[in-house]
Amino acid sequence: MCLGIPGQIIAITDAERLLAKVDISGVKREVNIACIVSDEHSVEQCIGDWVLVHVGFAMSRIDEDEAARTLQVLEELGEVQEELDAMLQGVR
Amino acid sequence: MKFVDEFRDTEKATILTKAIHKIAKNLEPKLTKPLQIMEFCGGHTHTIFRYGIEQMLPDNIEMVHGPGCPVCVLPMGRVDDCVSLAENPDVIFTTFGDAMRVPGSKKSLLQAKADGADIRMTYSPMDALNLARKNPNKEVIFFGLGFETTMPSSAFTVLQAEREGITNFSLFCNHITTVPTIKAVLDSPDMQLDGFLAPGHVAMVIGERPFDFIALDYHKSIVITGFEPLDILQSLWMVLQQIEQDRSVVENQYKRIVQPNGNTPALEAISQVFEIREFFEWRGLGSIDHSGVRMKEAYANFDAEKKFAVPNLKIADPKSCQCGEVVKGVIKPWDCKIFGSKCNPEFPMGALMVSSEGACAAYFNNGYHEKKRA
Repeated sequence: MCLGIPGQIIAITDAERLLAKVDISGVKREVNIACIVSDEHSVEQCIGDWVLVHVGFAMSRIDEDEAARTLQVLEELGEVQEELDAMLQGVR
Repeated sequence: MKFVDEFRDTEKATILTKAIHKIAKNLEPKLTKPLQIMEFCGGHTHTIFRYGIEQMLPDNIEMVHGPGCPVCVLPMGRVDDCVSLAENPDVIFTTFGDAMRVPGSKKSLLQAKADGADIRMTYSPMDALNLARKNPNKEVIFFGLGFETTMPSSAFTVLQAEREGITNFSLFCNHITTVPTIKAVLDSPDMQLDGFLAPGHVAMVIGERPFDFIALDYHKSIVITGFEPLDILQSLWMVLQQIEQDRSVVENQYKRIVQPNGNTPALEAISQVFEIREFFEWRGLGSIDHSGVRMKEAYANFDAEKKFAVPNLKIADPKSCQCGEVVKGVIKPWDCKIFGSKCNPEFPMGALMVSSEGACAAYFNNGYHEKKRA
């Protein structure tokens, strides 16, 4: 029920009603973009945005930098584990 | 798929599983019972079962599958109301597909459709509004259900209907709120939870701060969590770190989606259209204060409860159901007397057997009904 799916906005279809076309893995559908438009981010600026689509609404822009940072934490965790494993083996 | 595949990486899952086992081992001497961590949201329950995450966890960590499945917790009386609305010959009743199979006291929406009611499954409330545009001689009702994640879509659709002067569209509002529900779980005397994975898409709308009380007042660790397997594992690791360090704060694992203050346009639309109900009835949990919203008087013309006669009968849960105890982690699904026998996915008696996002149905579908006999 509460799940969403990432898609990219490829065109504005109705600026007045805040409707845009989104591409979700090749499937195209119209979505409402009211949640991602603001004074700082105009309707036109939404083209190219990666968004989370839920029940026909672009609910949130996906922050690419934050996604990379989350994955980076896991990379680093793996490196620390490797080093600790090597250290323990050195003691043996 | 971008932003999905990266968060299903098996190598990183192994790294996280190792880290989780390590903390669990450190914590073991201090524990008198297994640590119980609740994922509130049915979407998380779905991911946990789909990727076998429970099997990756050490024995001293138990997942408790919470009540955050809006379809599951829908009381039978509300389903009866839907059927009654849908059986009006002038009405096209629209709903998300998930709600079709939920049993009412007499029938489900699926059975009502088979009996001739005009009931249509829609992906979006905007699709329901389109139906209203195309069928000016019919009354189109959209069955609005779900937590704050889905609330903005209903609110925006009502606002759009108002702007366009569409008079044959209305919302049957059954939206529910997350915070009072978590609070009801926390206030229950037999609650034994140690930490929470908070629903990421609810937080996307309402932000981080509404969850503060869980850390500040109840001293439970809580992490706002995404929906891919790495999100769940990373959040579990973060919760365990908090427990190990004796901290309880709201942390946000799902920063790629969740802003600290939530989504302003969505919150504005919600507060424009909806107001808090004094209480709302839940299947399995009874009545919870302030746990639902209704439409404001200004939108009475778009409110199915005002436009039509809704029977609004209260139908008690079957006495044999122990959903409430399962949801609070007091018993396991297979400890319930009717699990897998009188209550099964085909003929659900209790809330948690209704949808695949419910804990009992998830266990049943994964072969755990054998466990009861073992």
